[in-house]
Amino acid sequence: MAHSGNPIAGTGTGSSPRQFVARAANLLFTLSLTFVGLTAITFIIGRVMPADPVLAIVGDRAPREVYEAMYVKLGLDKPLIHQYLIYLVNVLQGDFGKSIMTTRPVLDDLIRFFPATFELASIATIAGVFIGVPMGVVAAVRQGRLTDHIVRVVGLIGYSVPIFWLGLMALLVFYARLEWLPGPGRIEVYYDGIVEPTTGFILIDSPTTGFILIDSAMQKEWEVFHNALSHIVLPAAMLTTFALAYIARMTRSFMLDQLNQEYVITARVKGLSEMAVIWRHAFRNVLIQLITIIGLTYASLLEGSVLTETVFAWPGIGQYITNSLFNADMNAVIGGTVVVGICFVGINMISDALYRIVDPRARR
Amino acid sequence: MHKTFACLALGLVLALGGTPATAKTPNDTLVIAKDMSDIITLDPAEVFEFTGGELIANIYDRVMMFEPEDLTKLVGGVAESYTVSDDGKTITLKVRAGQTFHSGNPVRAEDVAFSLQRVIKLNKTPSFIFTQFGWSADNVDSLVKATDAMTVSLTINAEFSPGLVLNSLQAGVGSVVDKKTVMANEKDGDLGYEWLKNHSAGSGAFSLKTWKANELVTLEANPNYRHGAPGMKRVIIRHVPEPSAQRLLVEKGDVDIARNLQPDQIKGLAGSSDVVIGKYPKAGLTYVATNDAHEILSKPQVRLAMRYLIDYEGMVNSFLAGEYKIHQAVWPSGLWGSYDETPFSLDIGKAKALLAEAGYPNGFKIKIDTLTEAPFSEIAQSIQQSLAKAGIESDITLSEGKTLWPKYRARKHEIIVARWSPDYIDPHSNTDSFAHNPDNRLEAKLTGKLAWRTSWFDPEINTLTEGAAKELDLTKRKQMYAELQQKVQMVSPFSIMFQRSEQVVLRKNVKGFVSGSNFDLVFYRNITK
Repeated sequence: MAHSGNPIAGTGTGSSPRQFVARAANLLFTLSLTFVGLTAITFIIGRVMPADPVLAIVGDRAPREVYEAMYVKLGLDKPLIHQYLIYLVNVLQGDFGKSIMTTRPVLDDLIRFFPATFELASIATIAGVFIGVPMGVVAAVRQGRLTDHIVRVVGLIGYSVPIFWLGLMALLVFYARLEWLPGPGRIEVYYDGIVEPTTGFILIDSPTTGFILIDSAMQKEWEVFHNALSHIVLPAAMLTTFALAYIARMTRSFMLDQLNQEYVITARVKGLSEMAVIWRHAFRNVLIQLITIIGLTYASLLEGSVLTETVFAWPGIGQYITNSLFNADMNAVIGGTVVVGICFVGINMISDALYRIVDPRARR
Repeated sequence: MHKTFACLALGLVLALGGTPATAKTPNDTLVIAKDMSDIITLDPAEVFEFTGGELIANIYDRVMMFEPEDLTKLVGGVAESYTVSDDGKTITLKVRAGQTFHSGNPVRAEDVAFSLQRVIKLNKTPSFIFTQFGWSADNVDSLVKATDAMTVSLTINAEFSPGLVLNSLQAGVGSVVDKKTVMANEKDGDLGYEWLKNHSAGSGAFSLKTWKANELVTLEANPNYRHGAPGMKRVIIRHVPEPSAQRLLVEKGDVDIARNLQPDQIKGLAGSSDVVIGKYPKAGLTYVATNDAHEILSKPQVRLAMRYLIDYEGMVNSFLAGEYKIHQAVWPSGLWGSYDETPFSLDIGKAKALLAEAGYPNGFKIKIDTLTEAPFSEIAQSIQQSLAKAGIESDITLSEGKTLWPKYRARKHEIIVARWSPDYIDPHSNTDSFAHNPDNRLEAKLTGKLAWRTSWFDPEINTLTEGAAKELDLTKRKQMYAELQQKVQMVSPFSIMFQRSEQVVLRKNVKGFVSGSNFDLVFYRNITK
């Protein structure tokens, strides 16, 4: 835990082509293992669940012939392993199958629902970091004093109050009583379809909604932009309380660890200002751990928060996966799970890259 | 520093949404908040879900219809008139002149024949409504055909009352689709099935503009509708899954109608000056079914004792108040052929005597299955309590429908508390399911029929059901249904308990919303505000 001033650290950044290939191979291996594991587990859970995917399509009154025709059409008459292999081969060709509920290809659905969650999760994480980190630092510095207690109470509220209840209360106060903010929904229905979805998923030609905020700003539809922005405030604030509570608590405890280290005393003895001690010395050593925490928070928000999405009628991926699960719509569930998996892996990779930037030791 | 950031955050929030953002709905647009997660298709040959059924009722005109002006009278929709041959086997439909589809194409006899044939050929769940007439993919082209530009002839290949056939032409599968448009979008011989799932090609009061699953549905008025243009130019149905959010939206005027409020929320709105509460009797029934394959439950006295172990009054006066009323026969009240006698009430003494007669004076142990959603778990608990008073010990299992129905269809339940609504407005729709079981063998898999699911086989009741379905004389047919329902009420494994009403919260200025007895008799076209 020494305050590192190793002169060699700066020279260890370069990586030879061989190292690069090795790293890429390693990454590829991790990714494919994650993917196969994720799909296999979701697939098996989906098939052993007591919910019947055939009934989800044909309804509970379907006559025998209709039921059996659908059973065969879904490939359920084949052995489980066989079904899974067919699925895997299709996915590798970019075909995630069709969703029962939306009647559209799962990929199209994901492209439609994920941006809504992405917008929300990104705003909540950014706000959570900018508010939560300073809160945690201040609480650690003023340990045991009023500020610390306030931060702890705020953290406790964010962590333990059901977000479902908090969301409804927020709607009641800011929408129903004060009329500062609009009600549930991602955008006023009358604005629907005004903005051309251009961003979508960037990778693929998106058929419907993309990132409303970016799209509307790019097309200079400021009325739509303002409307979408005012709609996102409350749900984003809900997720922010969650992110903030966690980040602030963790920051506080990491900071306390550092502030008790000898190098901090040394720095103070050297006569550095308190601000310099806290931010330049102690906080820098907390960064790595913080990046992990922030990454995890972001990833878990990207899964979509079902409760927040339900209360605010937010067409995000959490609601999509949950509804699909209730309807035994397994193609959609697996597709959604893969997206969530990709988010986790992706954020892990970004965290790794950030480690290297902030910690010279990690570059070796 | 903490303060600085708090101020910054607050300032940010105010800057983002500082302007009053509540907008009232435009005068020419109706906005409805509804849980729409049940829609899986909008093809009228396949729709069998509540929300989908309601939407296609507003998009497509059907061969025969109940119109919002008089929901009790079956009238011609796309068909202007009909004649029935003397033997009751052939119905000749005359198509109303001057109707057009949303595409501008005229509505022809060919479209009617195509729509009905399509239902049989696609063979989706609701097709059984037509296949019972003896229509199949092989013969439907010759039994259902356009004989000239505006005449369609339907031939029935089974013993059925033509009255029943006409009633079933009012169901969703009786929707008339635009053959030219549908076939222009056909892919690999699918009769336009993939396309029609999320597009429309009808001649009804509205056309489908967009359906974004789990988000919204937009309908646009058809200015050329045969009853004149609808009162609203546009109808937007928003998917709002959370009832509390629906309540706030309708209170603030951001939606005009909220459809899924809970009874206690509706009570809370009773004194509001902004909204009114509409109450619409529905044909949905709530019932208890015992499995006849179960050794104890198959005893006639035990089945009858069940009827006396349900606290009907207690439930409708407490947690079911306002939404449910007592009804004890298989065809709901308020409809042609209903049977409104309610001979049963909670009577522990009588039940005990019946149980003793069956050989169980000290009761027995049994399992109750029902749905997780309200009010089914409450109903099951009430029944559990009254069963206990007669010495019957019971365990309740709550499941989602997707888990419960497979169990029921596999005959693996003991006692189940469930619901049922008719597929079309004819008593046969319910008696065929509750009372008709032509083949009780396990391998017959008549899983669509409740009588089969409960392993109940009664040849006399079967004969009565078949007889009533084919009777030509309407007065006689009505009598037969009364007799049949009276018998089913006494001997079947079904204890019918309640009939439901739908409660809808509307803004005060909304007039003309009509919600009829069946799930797909909800009409938007007369709405004004």
